[in-house]
Amino acid sequence: MSSKQTNLLQGTLDLLILKALGPGELHGLGISRRIEQITRGTFLVKPGSLFPALHRLEEAGWLSSFWGESENNRRAKFYRLTKAGKTQFEVETEQWAKVAMAMTNALKAI
Amino acid sequence: MGKGRHGNDECAESNLRGRIVNPISRIRSVLRNLFRKQRVEKLLDDEVRACVEMIADERIAAGIPPSEARRSAVAEFGPIEQVKQAVRDRRTGLGVELFWQDARFGLRQLWRNPGFAATAILILALGIASSVAIFAFVDAALIKPLPYKDPNRLAILFESIPLGPRFHLSYPDYLDWKRDNKVFSSLEVYNPYGFMMKTADGLRNTDGARVSAGFFRTLGVKPVLGRDFYDGEDRPETPRTALLSYSAWQKRYGKSSNVIGQALVLDGDTYTVIGVLPRDFSFAPAEPADIWAIQKAGDTCRGCHGLFGVARLKDGVTFSAALADITTIAQNLARQYPDSNRDQAAFMLPLAEVVVGDIRPILLVVLGGAGLLLMIASLNIASLLLVRSESRRREMAVRGALGASPRRLVAQFITEGTMLAAIGCTVGVALARQGMQMLALLVPKDMMAGMPFLQGLGLNPRVTAFACVLAIFAAALFALTPILRFRSTDIRDGLAEGGRAVAGVMWRRIGTNLVVIELATAMILLVGAGLLGKSLYRLLHTDIGMQPDHIATVHVFAQQEKYGKAEQQVALVREILRRVESLPGVRSAGVTSKMPIEDGDWTTSFIIVGQPDDGKNKEVAIRSVSAGYMATLKTSLLGGRYFNDDEDSSKPGVVIVNQALAKQYFAGQDPIGKQLAFGWNDKKPMLVVGVINDIQEGQLDAKPRGALYVPFYQNPNNGFVVLARTAQDDRSTLSALTSTIASVDGSMAIFDPIIMNEKIHDAPVTYLHRSSSWLMGGFAGLALLLSVVGLYGVISYSVSQRTREIGVRMALGAQRSSVYRLILFEAGRLIAVGVMVGLIGAIGAASLMRKLLFGVPAWDAMTLSAVAGLLACVALLATFLPAHRAASANPIDALRAE
Repeated sequence: MSSKQTNLLQGTLDLLILKALGPGELHGLGISRRIEQITRGTFLVKPGSLFPALHRLEEAGWLSSFWGESENNRRAKFYRLTKAGKTQFEVETEQWAKVAMAMTNALKAI
Repeated sequence: MGKGRHGNDECAESNLRGRIVNPISRIRSVLRNLFRKQRVEKLLDDEVRACVEMIADERIAAGIPPSEARRSAVAEFGPIEQVKQAVRDRRTGLGVELFWQDARFGLRQLWRNPGFAATAILILALGIASSVAIFAFVDAALIKPLPYKDPNRLAILFESIPLGPRFHLSYPDYLDWKRDNKVFSSLEVYNPYGFMMKTADGLRNTDGARVSAGFFRTLGVKPVLGRDFYDGEDRPETPRTALLSYSAWQKRYGKSSNVIGQALVLDGDTYTVIGVLPRDFSFAPAEPADIWAIQKAGDTCRGCHGLFGVARLKDGVTFSAALADITTIAQNLARQYPDSNRDQAAFMLPLAEVVVGDIRPILLVVLGGAGLLLMIASLNIASLLLVRSESRRREMAVRGALGASPRRLVAQFITEGTMLAAIGCTVGVALARQGMQMLALLVPKDMMAGMPFLQGLGLNPRVTAFACVLAIFAAALFALTPILRFRSTDIRDGLAEGGRAVAGVMWRRIGTNLVVIELATAMILLVGAGLLGKSLYRLLHTDIGMQPDHIATVHVFAQQEKYGKAEQQVALVREILRRVESLPGVRSAGVTSKMPIEDGDWTTSFIIVGQPDDGKNKEVAIRSVSAGYMATLKTSLLGGRYFNDDEDSSKPGVVIVNQALAKQYFAGQDPIGKQLAFGWNDKKPMLVVGVINDIQEGQLDAKPRGALYVPFYQNPNNGFVVLARTAQDDRSTLSALTSTIASVDGSMAIFDPIIMNEKIHDAPVTYLHRSSSWLMGGFAGLALLLSVVGLYGVISYSVSQRTREIGVRMALGAQRSSVYRLILFEAGRLIAVGVMVGLIGAIGAASLMRKLLFGVPAWDAMTLSAVAGLLACVALLATFLPAHRAASANPIDALRAE
């Protein structure tokens, strides 16, 4: 699937970011790697999409950020979920489940 | 992020709409993005770079050599600046920020070019100011509805006679019209001629009107204080009552509510004040009016005309059906009462037509002129912007190459155009406010009183909306011009050196078209102004049958109780004339029953004694004048003699007729020696003793009409006008005249002192012609200036673009004269096309304003050719400067250009 393009649905990236940050804070590259890992390599997020999304979610108040040290002692910007972000994650997960169920059923229908 | 794999996440942009967003966090980030920009930028840079470093760290840890690891990390990450831009583009408050950036940049651009900015703003402000100021008048007169209930259903009724359509009704005719019509829900009458009010200081002339009982109900107006007339209040036996206008209540009674029940003595009768009319009430056909008194019923004289009708059409009745109905009634009356009603037809006009009919065409023409001026102004700025955009080609190309999207570049132009339009418009509207007040002050007071709808002229919502629409159009034009200029291909070409030739052609095409339109528009305005100016000249130099210079006049009205008898009136006038004539500097003096240059009212029908009735009503103006009247006006006697001073009731009746009457009723015969009488029963025929030239009794632009003059001492009255021809400056004699007359009897009303030249100068028709020709003249002058400046700009620019070409030509041996020819030929072509297009437009425009012209045809060849010549000369002069510059250029310098 390496060269295949997988379209991210509208809003999917936000949900994946919120999911990736569920266990704890990560920096930008960490989030990218985590998404790659949890989607088993299906979604690759380019920096040109990731950073704008991170900044947008932070402006929306769902993420907060702080500067910290990376594994290699580099100064990096870390993101974590805010309380609003956690609520939003639940809301969006629920919505996603509904959409996914609906889509699966629709496609199964004869 | 594996190499070579690209997850397409273009669609991953989520929109935040419909989600719960913390508004405070939102606002905070907008503010941070806008005001702590440097810090935000620094942090973004740090974050992105750290990410690249970390990718490199991963690679190094995987055993790739550091330099190779760093290179591939950058490759994987992608273009750093674009990622940063993507973040910036998603930021909250981006629109605000971009606008702010563009606006600041635009302002800097304007500021860097103060000459351009000031010129553009000034031109636009002038254009907007003239259009908005004129529109305010148009709005007040033509758009704002009249202050009555359903004003469109109101009509004014007249009786038309052979002299003209807008004459008075008599009271018995009114009653018959009211009774027999099937088309009006109400029909009332008014008489707008004012009163002589008795005051402690004697008689005073007071503005006012008499109206029948249902007048205000017909208009749908209710008093603010007291009551309206009740139905039947006009019966002869009820007490006489009156309403006050709001301003009279304020002025004379200080808004006291005690005014109800106060007594007024008007024309010798006592009236009780019963109410006050609303502040915004006005009835232009009878204005100015302070007192609205009841018109008493009971007048049975069918031949005595002094009333106008005002009627409200029944629902569903059309205007023409109503006119047809009253026409039938008038025809029946003419059959029934041939003595008084022969040739008296019905006529009616919508109320709005009576109120604004005279000024509508002028307002529309002037608005058209202002609009054309605004168009020229806008085109001029557009061409300035074109020239400027030329010098910004490189800037645009560089911005485009650095990644500014076409949208962003277009947004820059829109912002700049909008800013220019907004500033210009704001200044323009401020100027317009001043301008409309000034224009309103220039209207003579008497005329202003007749146009109450002009009160409260100002920036109301409609005028403001109009200004906004103009601003939007201007902004669109200013934004579109450079956008048209920079099409996407141009941006790429702009970086290349050679892009200029293409651009020059492109620019020349737009620029020259603009100039042709400007020249044509200027031509139209100039022709309009020329025709109006010429017709004003014709109007002021029209033959009015007298020499109006050095004539002082004043109206006198003596009390009925003291001067009710003919002998008393004769004695009074003799005494007044004796004292006036002995005033130093007075050459001669006379009296008349009505001034010339007015409305031509006061008419009579007459018969020629000994001539059989031809079935036609002979109606002419009648004036009762003293023996010195005609000498004072310096009329010319065409035959016979003037009146003698001793011709009073003891002498045989005599009459003088004017030329128009003689031509109309005595064609081919000598009227002198014929006898005239006022009716078949008249036992005292009058001998025609003289024929004089036509004194203009009506307005200056009216056609000459038949008039007959009778000796004042044979037909005296207690109201008259005293005229004196003086040797010195006439204005100073007005006060002497007034005080001398007052010394005869201080209780008389002595009013409206005016010198004849001023009366002509201030006559409504003169004023309308003068104001419209001045305004159009001003617009045309500005238009000429702007279009010539525009032409100058186009030619100068074209010359500057062709400097090199001209250098080559001259280096190859071209003569200076051929360089002149080159430039002047190019300009000449533009001018010729502009003048030709303008000529066609001007003839079209002139035929639209034919109604306004006096003594000048719309096709006036002299005006057209003079304007075409003037425009061509001025335009050629404007192109001569750049041509001269080009021809005197040093070929070496020219070749080095670029």
